[in-house]
Amino acid sequence: MAAITAKRSTVQATRISWFSGMGMIVRRELRDTFRDWRMITPIVLLTLFFPVLMTWTAGVAQTFVDRFGTPLIAERLIPFLMLIVGFFPMSFSLVIALEAFVGERERKSLEPLLSTPLTDGQLYVGKMIASLVPALMAAFLGIGVYLTGLFVFRGYLPPPILLIQVLALTTMEGVVMVSGAVVVSTHATSVRAANLLASFIIIPMALLVQVEAILLFQAIYDAMWGIVLVLIVVALILIRMGVQLFNREELLGREIDSINLRGVFRRAGQYFVAVEPGEARTHFNPIGLYRYHVPAMLRRTKNAILTIMVALVVASVVAWVWGSQFSLPPGTLNFSNLNSDSFNNVTVGLLPSFSWPAVWWNNIRAVLLYFVTGLFSFGSIAVVLIIVPIAPAAFVAGLIGNTGFNPIVFLAAFILPHGIFELPAVIIGAAAALRLGAALLQRSSTLSVGEGWWLALVDFVKLLIFVVIPLLLIAAIFEVHVTPRIVCAVYGCGG
Amino acid sequence: MPQVDDVMIEAERLSKTFGNFVAVRDVSLRVKAGGVLALLGPNGAGKTTTVRMLSGILVPTSGRARIAGLDVVKDSAAIRSRVGVLSELPGLYLRSTAREYLDFFGSVYGLSKADRQARITELMTRFEMSEVLDRRLSEFSKGMKQKLALIRTMLHDPEVLLLDEPTSAMDPQSARLVHDTLLQLRDQRRGIILCTHNLVEAEMMADHIAIIRRGQIVAEGSPAELKAQLLGKPLMEVRFTQPLNGTLHALHERLEVESHGETWMRYWSSDPVSDNPRLLHWLSEQKVDVVTLSEVPRSLEEVYLRVVEQPIGQGS
Repeated sequence: MAAITAKRSTVQATRISWFSGMGMIVRRELRDTFRDWRMITPIVLLTLFFPVLMTWTAGVAQTFVDRFGTPLIAERLIPFLMLIVGFFPMSFSLVIALEAFVGERERKSLEPLLSTPLTDGQLYVGKMIASLVPALMAAFLGIGVYLTGLFVFRGYLPPPILLIQVLALTTMEGVVMVSGAVVVSTHATSVRAANLLASFIIIPMALLVQVEAILLFQAIYDAMWGIVLVLIVVALILIRMGVQLFNREELLGREIDSINLRGVFRRAGQYFVAVEPGEARTHFNPIGLYRYHVPAMLRRTKNAILTIMVALVVASVVAWVWGSQFSLPPGTLNFSNLNSDSFNNVTVGLLPSFSWPAVWWNNIRAVLLYFVTGLFSFGSIAVVLIIVPIAPAAFVAGLIGNTGFNPIVFLAAFILPHGIFELPAVIIGAAAALRLGAALLQRSSTLSVGEGWWLALVDFVKLLIFVVIPLLLIAAIFEVHVTPRIVCAVYGCGG
Repeated sequence: MPQVDDVMIEAERLSKTFGNFVAVRDVSLRVKAGGVLALLGPNGAGKTTTVRMLSGILVPTSGRARIAGLDVVKDSAAIRSRVGVLSELPGLYLRSTAREYLDFFGSVYGLSKADRQARITELMTRFEMSEVLDRRLSEFSKGMKQKLALIRTMLHDPEVLLLDEPTSAMDPQSARLVHDTLLQLRDQRRGIILCTHNLVEAEMMADHIAIIRRGQIVAEGSPAELKAQLLGKPLMEVRFTQPLNGTLHALHERLEVESHGETWMRYWSSDPVSDNPRLLHWLSEQKVDVVTLSEVPRSLEEVYLRVVEQPIGQGS
């Protein structure tokens, strides 16, 4: 192919900087928002009228409770009203964001924008800032009007730290709502559909305001920083999801939001019988499964496996070091007292009896718990849950080492025989759950976010059926029938 | 200036899959500088997806494409700055004025303020829209919106234009303006792909036509080639001053006569360049006066309908 030798354009286009491009989006969006009376009227009302009403309410409340000698209630009500005065206009950021993202898509004006040299990041950040700015301005102005009223008519000024807390909470609530709106927008092609989905943002935020109200009435102000921190984490997760979802491929690849269950299940079925997504049914037989399917799934899960292993190693080392700070009084630990009944009497917690079916089912249940909790926590709780039983074992090993026993021998006798099978099984199970939970936060070059999530789900199910459950079965049999014999052989069972 | 054989748009076995749905399958096409390719096909055939891949908006599932020498995957941002894309619906910001709207897109494409102003004035004047420059877009008619979208597409003077139904909502006069502008751009050696359902427009504007169906190109070539491929040899019509009488039998022996009347005859000719002069010479010898000799017009519509109605796998 011949090279393009000259630019024919009569117009000299220059490369615009990232911030300049993003700023263009912000300015355009803001101009549009400030021209829409449906946006501006409620914002103005909530900025000017509502804070005045709240100032009056605070005054009335204070006068009322003063008659009963309970000024504390009014003192606690004032900061709560400040929070509400900020939250109401802030909730408009959600409406503006839905309009900015899905509204543009509905009006088909998004495609010309996607055809420009602007990057996905510039569009995403520009629209986010443009959604936040009017609501944030209204919220801060509203709080200002409210506080001015309180100062003028009641002589009240909030402690600076409380004011900072409320401003931080208001800002972060806006960021969470806007970043949530982007995620919602990518799953909807109409403002109507987006508004329906927005309940998933509004309801938790309304509940959060109630929690904040309780904390403010109880004057547990420090906990408010905890909420700010949680909101920051949630916002970061949602922004990460938004960045993954707000891209040309996802936006233009998803033009229908009707449910196609048959298509979804057909795709899941294809993933189940294929080694790689997009392939036809290949090697779906007992030998092929372990020779091709399982290695491919483990390759796809390798980052999650690595994460789980790093978390386990770090937690175990910390627990070991911590355990080795303590020692048991002499004679407390006497392994020579162990006998075969010592193991049969292990019926603590969720384990009804020390039989291999009970142990097997208990461990399967743990992996299923990773799955369920991982779905709602982007996989993070799966990481915590796998640490929970393993870190204490490391703690005990450290403790035993400091008590005069060899911790390596302890671990080799008590854990290793069945742990060889159980540990890989739970690590794989937790990693698959982590990958599934985190699938919404990442997008591969070949699969959409939705496709990636379905592949992660199918991989979890396949790994559970063909790897985790069989390994846990072997582990349970070893734990019940082999481990006790090794413990007895090492430490000598007196009874 | 680019070389004569510059390829502006080149796609090789381009495919795009959404989940299980294959939107585009193995599409290959090539448009040289100064070339216009009309991409025809029924709704949902894959035209828009093809255009989106060529404009660096969607990533192809397989295959490769280059626009003005740039790879659509690796250089997608650079491609988007050098391509003008007109989507099927104008998709304007209705609260903006035409000036604000164009100024925003001009700045996004990196044009200086002076360039933006000059281009906006030039293009709005060319499309007879200069009087509505400061009017809100919500007040625009459908055709005006489409013209404005086309102006936006041309604002940065792109080397390649990918146009989806550029005149569908326009009155004949506006459509003529657009056609003239596109022909002018073609003469300035831009590469143009035109997706249209207007077959007259396609035949008038395009030097190459590709018919896409269920994601695959099922027929392609110049309008004349496609007609020859799908409708057979050209059909010629000759009209005489007087009834043929005795000469008709002789003509049947010399030509592949399709039909005839008292003073006219139609015949198939695979090589009109040599057949027609020979016939005229013979008729002159027979003292038969000829009024006209011309090819019977065959529309692109016939070609298109034949292609889209035949079962898949029986392409030309």
